[in-house]
Amino acid sequence: MIHDLALMAKQAAAEAGTASAEPATRPALANVSRRGILGGAGALVLALSLRSPAKADETQTQEQKEHKYGADGMPHGWRDDPKIFIAIAPDGAVTVTNHRSEMGQGVRTSIALTVADELEADWPKVKVVQAYGDENRFGNQDTDGSRSLRHFFQHFRHAGAAMRAMLVEAAAKQWGVPASEVTARNHTLTHAKSGRTLDYGAVAEAAGKLAVPTEVKLKDPKDFRYIGTGKIGLIDNRDITTGKAVYGADTKLDGMLYAAIARPPVYGGTVKSFDDSEAKKVSGVVKIFKIDGAPIPSEFMPLGGVAVVAKNTWAAFKARDALKITWDDGPNASYDTDVFRKELEETARKPGKVVRTQGDVDGALAKAKKKLVAEYFVPHLVQAPMEPPAAVVRVKDGVCEAWASTQGPQAANDRLMKALNLPDDKVTVNVTLLGGGFGRKSKPDYIVEAALCSREVGGAPVKLSWTREDDIHHGYYHTISAERIEAGLDDKGMPVAWLHRSCAPTIGSIFAPDPKHELPFELGMGLVNTPFAIPNMRLENPEAAAHVRIGWFRSVSNIPHAFAIQSFVSELAHEAGRDPKDYLLDLIGPARKIDPASIGDVWNYGEDPARYPIDTGRLRGVIEAAAKGAGWGRKLEKGRGLGIAGHYSFVTYTAVAAEVEVDEKGQVKVQAIDIAVDCGPQVNPERIRSQMEGAVVMGMGLALTSEITFKQGRAQQNNFDGYEIIRIDAAPKVVRVHLVPTGTFDGPLGGVGEPGVPPVAPAIANAVFAATGRRIRQLPIRDQAAGA
Amino acid sequence: MIKLTVNGAARSFDGDPDMPLLWYLRDEVGLTGSKFGCGAALCGACTIHLGGTAVRSCVTPVSEAEGKEVVTIEGLSPDGNHPVQVAWRDQNVAQCGYCQGGQIMQAASLLKDTPKPTDAQIDEVMSGNLCRCGTYPRIRAAIHQAAGQTAAPKGERL
Repeated sequence: MIHDLALMAKQAAAEAGTASAEPATRPALANVSRRGILGGAGALVLALSLRSPAKADETQTQEQKEHKYGADGMPHGWRDDPKIFIAIAPDGAVTVTNHRSEMGQGVRTSIALTVADELEADWPKVKVVQAYGDENRFGNQDTDGSRSLRHFFQHFRHAGAAMRAMLVEAAAKQWGVPASEVTARNHTLTHAKSGRTLDYGAVAEAAGKLAVPTEVKLKDPKDFRYIGTGKIGLIDNRDITTGKAVYGADTKLDGMLYAAIARPPVYGGTVKSFDDSEAKKVSGVVKIFKIDGAPIPSEFMPLGGVAVVAKNTWAAFKARDALKITWDDGPNASYDTDVFRKELEETARKPGKVVRTQGDVDGALAKAKKKLVAEYFVPHLVQAPMEPPAAVVRVKDGVCEAWASTQGPQAANDRLMKALNLPDDKVTVNVTLLGGGFGRKSKPDYIVEAALCSREVGGAPVKLSWTREDDIHHGYYHTISAERIEAGLDDKGMPVAWLHRSCAPTIGSIFAPDPKHELPFELGMGLVNTPFAIPNMRLENPEAAAHVRIGWFRSVSNIPHAFAIQSFVSELAHEAGRDPKDYLLDLIGPARKIDPASIGDVWNYGEDPARYPIDTGRLRGVIEAAAKGAGWGRKLEKGRGLGIAGHYSFVTYTAVAAEVEVDEKGQVKVQAIDIAVDCGPQVNPERIRSQMEGAVVMGMGLALTSEITFKQGRAQQNNFDGYEIIRIDAAPKVVRVHLVPTGTFDGPLGGVGEPGVPPVAPAIANAVFAATGRRIRQLPIRDQAAGA
Repeated sequence: MIKLTVNGAARSFDGDPDMPLLWYLRDEVGLTGSKFGCGAALCGACTIHLGGTAVRSCVTPVSEAEGKEVVTIEGLSPDGNHPVQVAWRDQNVAQCGYCQGGQIMQAASLLKDTPKPTDAQIDEVMSGNLCRCGTYPRIRAAIHQAAGQTAAPKGERL
């Protein structure tokens, strides 16, 4: 993989046998040379020409016509110009430019195989290069929210099909025959009548000069050779297994220096004074200096602190440890999660802002013969990707170029412009492979830090490395939440009234000073869109303040919402003396399609409610599939239990049936997991399976062991000893993934990266109850089953 | 002056003898296949072979490698086709891939000592290697395949 754009420009020019339009020594590239690079082999002359988005459907309401959904509703939308994304060299090598960040979800493979299938390319001849951050050119690059294939699958199909049509047209012209007589199949163009054939490479240059067709014919899905087959191995497999894959931490430039930063231990804190006399004695130290942080709300900008730049990473770490810093801890100096939890729980016992209401909850509760109330708690978590945040940045002569493992290269580009006061054309963000992301690497604070270090040392490239302690102490933490649900029950134990209060600091707090309530996208993650058939429902979101940076963590607010709701359903089932799965299905009610807006969800993951209604039939389907896979209802030996949970998130339906064993000491061992997923059509089933397997393990971690606590504003965990995530000995021996297909490849796709996580914890908690009779109402479970 | 062998090549180093091998390999030699994940021997992403034994290079001073042979993921096999590497590709183990170099080095060491490991033996030896993506079920499968206990997955894999 090549991450140096200047080098790519040079290589592209050399391969094309033409001079580069841009001196290769100027790394921050104007658009002209960027085009040259993306020409790859230089066979295609690139120009921007966009297929018009589809016209508004006549049946749409005025509001729907004005509201943009899916990729249309994202900043910078989408592009499908094949000249942006596909280059074909004279030797036939196909290079697909992938503009979404690869962090383990397999997007480099899945996007490349989508293009290759429609292009009718021979897979071994396809390689993928990573786009730098430029949403004007590539469309939205913000790789989170389980959106890559959901938003771009059809557009990449179009790009591949358009390029295929151009190759056909070029061959037809060369042969002097009608294009309709030329077929494209597996890298070969054929004119059957005359028996002539041409390789793609032979007409690539001519094809590149043709206009992109406005109308293209997509392949019939029955003719797909890569899409939907699950036969494609990971495109980076060899690099990964031989140590050649390049992550953010692996970039190396000539003259590069290495940095580490001591940051304020409390969010909003500042450096009062520091003594670097001992630190300066460390061999290899180049410079030590203070960095000013962004005040609260710090958004995506650095927290400030004292930076050490040295000749190697070890010297930077050693010198940083030798710094003596006096901090002003600022307004969050007393943050204590034990105290804060009690405050949240108290708040959740009082009325709060109503975010959805139907019927008469108070009246129905007053009349109900029986009531059940339960309170649930989920602590702060940190994403802890295996690669801690890392970036290499060079800021020299008014030009900034960055190499970073980032989920949001455009966001990084914009923050670098702001921090360095540079125009867009002087900033370039190259995207490496990410050693995990899970939401942490959507925030480019570490990239800006590296830039400030490079500027401070006069323009030498600087690699900034976060340690694991940095990652755990200065995170964008998953929120902390208290959830209280109260139900009034009828004779059969079914709820006639449902009052749910969800109380958690909002991600909005990193953007705006002191917001009190969750944002629509947080409420829409499994709270307001609870799809239960209950006549009287009221959902409230009482106030909560943030005292740390709150950020996205894989599946975000779905974690506490699903844990509370799916646990409570199991409690209600027990109260009613019924099977939890049957009870859950009854609560969901018959198969029907719900307009999310009709139940207070104006967001719906940014998707058109007409195209993406909440389909309770599909939710029922995954619950049934998981239950069937687990042999639901079978007799279990003593100490074992089965639990179930189903959830709608990222316009996908998932359910988990968990079998646990609880030993005499109360230790919970997950023996088997059945996870069912309905994400609509399955572009790369192999990666859907791997995402579900991974979500099971991550969900188990937050269910069983993971927690970040704070005292005096400081995170109490330091590394993987205190912040425990699942190790192989705790991973279940049996993980069965059940893919439940729905719809056609022309229909709506759901997300895959995140939806596996939310049902895992409640399914395990419910299984612990089934095994022991001990109800779990707070995470992590740890030894809560002891003595049961 | 410390003298050692890295992936078959003789090298010498006259810097800080306390520098962990990980940073020597990454910053001084330029071999970045060994990864930094914790700096405290808690995650295994930095696993290399020192004198034929799997060690955590993030806590092993370069001085300990004096006169010894260091093998990193880049040097595990000349063609990248060590049975463990092949099995890792056949099973599509990797997600983000960051920890997998360390996993493969640990697994290769396991199979050297225990050619036909049970699941319990795999758990015991591999539990020091964290994977946040959660690839553990496939790691087990790949080790069994590399051990010849199971066959590669059936079907065409492009």
